Amino acid sequence: MNSREDLRTRWLSWTELAIEALIRVLGFSTVGFVLLIFLFLLKEGVPVFFEVPLGNLFGTRWYPTFGYFGTTPLILGSAVVTVVAVVIALPLGVATAVFVREVAPSWAREILKPTIETLAGIPSVVLGFFGMTIIAPMVHQYLGAPTGLTVFTGALILAYMALPTIISVAEDALDAVPKSYRDAALAMGATQWQTIWRVVVPAARSGIAVAVMLGMGRAIGETMTVMMVTGNAARIPLSLDSLFKPVRTMTATIAAEMGEVAQGSVHYHALFGLGIILFFLTFLINLLAARSIFKKQRRGGLR
Amino acid sequence: MNRYLVQRLGFALLTGVSLVVVIPVVLVVAVILLKGFEAMSWVFISSMPHDGMKAGGIFPAIVGTLLLTFGTALVSIPIGVGGTIYLAEYARDTWLTRCIRLAIVNLAGIPSIVYGLFGLGLFVLFLKMGTSIVAGSLTLAIMTLPVIISTAEEALRVVPMEFRTVSASLGGTRWQGIRNIILPQAFPGIITGILLGLLRAAGETAPILFTVAAFYLPRLPQSPFDQTMSLPYHLFVVSTQVPGMPEEMQYGTALVLLALVLSMNVAATVVRSYFRRRRQW
Repeated sequence: MNSREDLRTRWLSWTELAIEALIRVLGFSTVGFVLLIFLFLLKEGVPVFFEVPLGNLFGTRWYPTFGYFGTTPLILGSAVVTVVAVVIALPLGVATAVFVREVAPSWAREILKPTIETLAGIPSVVLGFFGMTIIAPMVHQYLGAPTGLTVFTGALILAYMALPTIISVAEDALDAVPKSYRDAALAMGATQWQTIWRVVVPAARSGIAVAVMLGMGRAIGETMTVMMVTGNAARIPLSLDSLFKPVRTMTATIAAEMGEVAQGSVHYHALFGLGIILFFLTFLINLLAARSIFKKQRRGGLR
Repeated sequence: MNRYLVQRLGFALLTGVSLVVVIPVVLVVAVILLKGFEAMSWVFISSMPHDGMKAGGIFPAIVGTLLLTFGTALVSIPIGVGGTIYLAEYARDTWLTRCIRLAIVNLAGIPSIVYGLFGLGLFVLFLKMGTSIVAGSLTLAIMTLPVIISTAEEALRVVPMEFRTVSASLGGTRWQGIRNIILPQAFPGIITGILLGLLRAAGETAPILFTVAAFYLPRLPQSPFDQTMSLPYHLFVVSTQVPGMPEEMQYGTALVLLALVLSMNVAATVVRSYFRRRRQW
């Protein structure tokens, strides 16, 4: 090997090393970003636990200008809107996934899939705007709510926003059910309908649970829609009629109030505190969902 | 009841539910198209707003959204594609790799408003960028990473193993194989991922609330450290913050935003299906 070729090989191996190192750094950057997000939320949010007594923080009144930082109505607000949204989205999502995977003729699939992708692409502020101008007046008029901006209005739109996630994850779950299960059921004389509901859906239930969790994570973190259509009244939504009354979520509170607070004030720290709660909630939901994904992969023998 | 009758009723029910899912989507798009179309004019798209934004156009908001999307692309494409290459081509299945996957799942799940808080804390205040296009683009870029990485990784994974072994057998290094063979083969899938990520960035409001968005600016941004108006925030402003706003201006803004985002969505779908049809392996 002459020296020129030698040089070239050495140059190649150097660039190779440099590029590999760069790619490795980029690969790990996502971990860095999660840590950074966590760190800065803590940095700006933790002081509130020292500035405000715990009794106040978990109290029932959120009036920051008067020094009341009770997060209970906000946490319950997020919870109620999310739960109602999932209750609406779960049957719709699972039924649509079953329809697309098991029943629909191919032309119907060709219409359904792009429509659902379109739904996933519509910005939340556009849906919020639509909810404000079209759906809220209808809720007011036909359902007898004193105002159209209610838990129900918000949850209804959130349900549709969670649908693309729920449908696509549930579809994957149905897809992962081995063909032999279906064949066995059909061979024993079950109808297609019986096969779907007694065999395929039960076999896919862990995947469907993941779909619901991810949809829930989507709903709990949604901000603009909720801020525009739920009316933003910080009240405890536990009475039976609260479905048709305004409510205020954690996300909407941050979005509405952060623009007006002084940096470093107690209120500012309190809003970051809400951010910490949201971060942990979504982290937990995604961890649970991811765990069951990993579990499914490990049980590889079945499929 | 006859079980075949049950089956027929069941299928009818499923069809009905699917219609309940699909029809509202069509309605939303149709209503915004029809009502927004009344506001459409060259003036609306190309002129500055005036009279407290109740007249004129939305030009600065359109420019702002394009600038933010471009800034986001500048940051998220290299990091996203690099991260994807690491995950798909280099990473072995160790606990560290699992940490990365968990981080990506987690990033995908963090609420958009929390990204806004983070951007405010790190970029705007700690790094003293102020509310600026830079701060907003960086915030949006981190938010789009999980979308880009998960879609692009899929595209790298479907390139058959033989492509890598053949490249290596001809004396190519690992990086040469990736650059000359794997990346070109996976290119359409990567583009799809990038488009899906960027369309999310273009449509998001919450992350830019405290990091860039200006309520109203009489001029276009002059530098990357300026604030800017943007379409999603402008829609929020004209529909909730300005009393007496003419309805067609609101629908017009919604239409421009929707058209921008959905055309990126269609482009992503077209690239993907074209690629699937043309693929020879």
